[in-house]
Amino acid sequence: MADLLQKYEKLRRRHDDLVRFGADAVMLVNERLLSPTRAIINGRETILAGTNNYMGVTFEPDCIAAGKRALEQYGTGTTGSRIANGTYALHVQLEEALARFMNRRSCMVFSTGFQANLSMIAGLCGPEDTIFIDMDSHASIHDGCRLSGAKVVVFRHNDVEHLAKRLERHPAERGGRLVIVEGIYSMLGDFAPLKEIVALKREHDFQLLVDEAHSFGVLGETGRGLAEMAGVEEGVDFIVGTFSKSLGGIGGYAVSNHPHFDVLRYAARPYMFTAAPSPASMATTLCALKKIEAEPERRDILMRNAEHLQKGLKEKGFELGFDGAITPVVAVICPTEPAAVAMWNALLENGVYVNLALPPGTPKKLALLRASVSSAHTPEEIDAVIAAFEKARAAVADLV
Amino acid sequence: MTTAHKDIEATIMRLLQAYNKEEAPLSPETNIAADLNIDSADVLNFVMEVEDEFDIDISVNELADIHTISQLAALVAERVNAD
Ligand SMILES: Cc1ncc(COP(=O)(O)O)c(C=O)c1O
Repeated sequence: MADLLQKYEKLRRRHDDLVRFGADAVMLVNERLLSPTRAIINGRETILAGTNNYMGVTFEPDCIAAGKRALEQYGTGTTGSRIANGTYALHVQLEEALARFMNRRSCMVFSTGFQANLSMIAGLCGPEDTIFIDMDSHASIHDGCRLSGAKVVVFRHNDVEHLAKRLERHPAERGGRLVIVEGIYSMLGDFAPLKEIVALKREHDFQLLVDEAHSFGVLGETGRGLAEMAGVEEGVDFIVGTFSKSLGGIGGYAVSNHPHFDVLRYAARPYMFTAAPSPASMATTLCALKKIEAEPERRDILMRNAEHLQKGLKEKGFELGFDGAITPVVAVICPTEPAAVAMWNALLENGVYVNLALPPGTPKKLALLRASVSSAHTPEEIDAVIAAFEKARAAVADLV
Repeated sequence: MTTAHKDIEATIMRLLQAYNKEEAPLSPETNIAADLNIDSADVLNFVMEVEDEFDIDISVNELADIHTISQLAALVAERVNAD
């Protein structure tokens, strides 16, 4: 009998090779957090420029106080599922607050964004249905599709014509059709041509789900995401999001105006058969939501920082994965994988953390250094990140 | 007129060459992902090229049962000849 972990031999060897270059990118430890943008890594004070802390709310005193209060009032954990003993007043309050913020009829809160996608996709779709997904979709979307047992059709990234062709070729037979796209694609920071996709509804019958994990809080006049920015909220049937990025917590949500949306509470297995998120998570998320609602200037600062980093890196001659608009994800394309790994290590040595993103988890097989900004970054920190990129490039000149 | 299995195989092999980085010899029995060391993202890209070439659609679910060039050719033939 084959050893079950034998199949990862090649993967393991590749990882060992990467680690030989320097630090272990998948087991990097933040020894201490100093602020939303600073941590101690390998004993060194490091600027965090590879988080999803877009609104910079992870150290807000009132959110921390709300979390502490929830711990004292409700205890450390829920010890049960939402459909059993795990629904507390805080879960309901957060669902109501999110529904109001998103201007939707109903909201469901999940233990993570990953589970929100699994629940929604496998809850909405079954073997009789067809799902159309962008080929660069997040792992949780791919896995949700698999879990659903639906027919899955993939279209080229952000290619509306290709999607239209696919919709034509896969007519709704007995079941329904769901199209899934993302508000901001996490690797490159680009976003779906949502207006054009919604327009396809005039000729093709389908329901539309948008994963606003990275765009919630970031895009749109009031931070509701890409659907708001594109002015097509009416055409989007379901929105999924997460608390782990702009809201600085952990958990996920889905909102909709569908009158029967709540049936998913007792139909979606990844919602039903997992413990409800902890009271402290609900309390800090609720507080963070109020904060980003009350302080829209955070979004303006975020966008200024994003433009600063994007422009700065471009001026220094770095090739970016996407620069068609300003978004808080700024991905530098490296010529080769070894160059990316070496530069990532050199950045760390220069006190800057970014995400190292390697194929096959990246679009178009790119070797990426994915930087992202927060509204909590100062202009000086952004300058320091740009300077560190230059230093890192010089340090690996023989590889570039 | 039906398109012959052999012709389809030949076209598939031609499209596959771009992904055959190690220049492994191709035969109808070649296992596309395993023998040619192609990752899941490139399998999707390759299949999209096959779809474009023959103007057909193949769902992700159907791919689960397809391993060899010959199996893919059979699926393509079924689609093409059904139109
Ligand atoms: C597009 C997208 N969807 C879903 C998720 C999952 O969110 P969570 O971290 O809450 O599980 C992420 C982030 O990892 C994401 O980028």
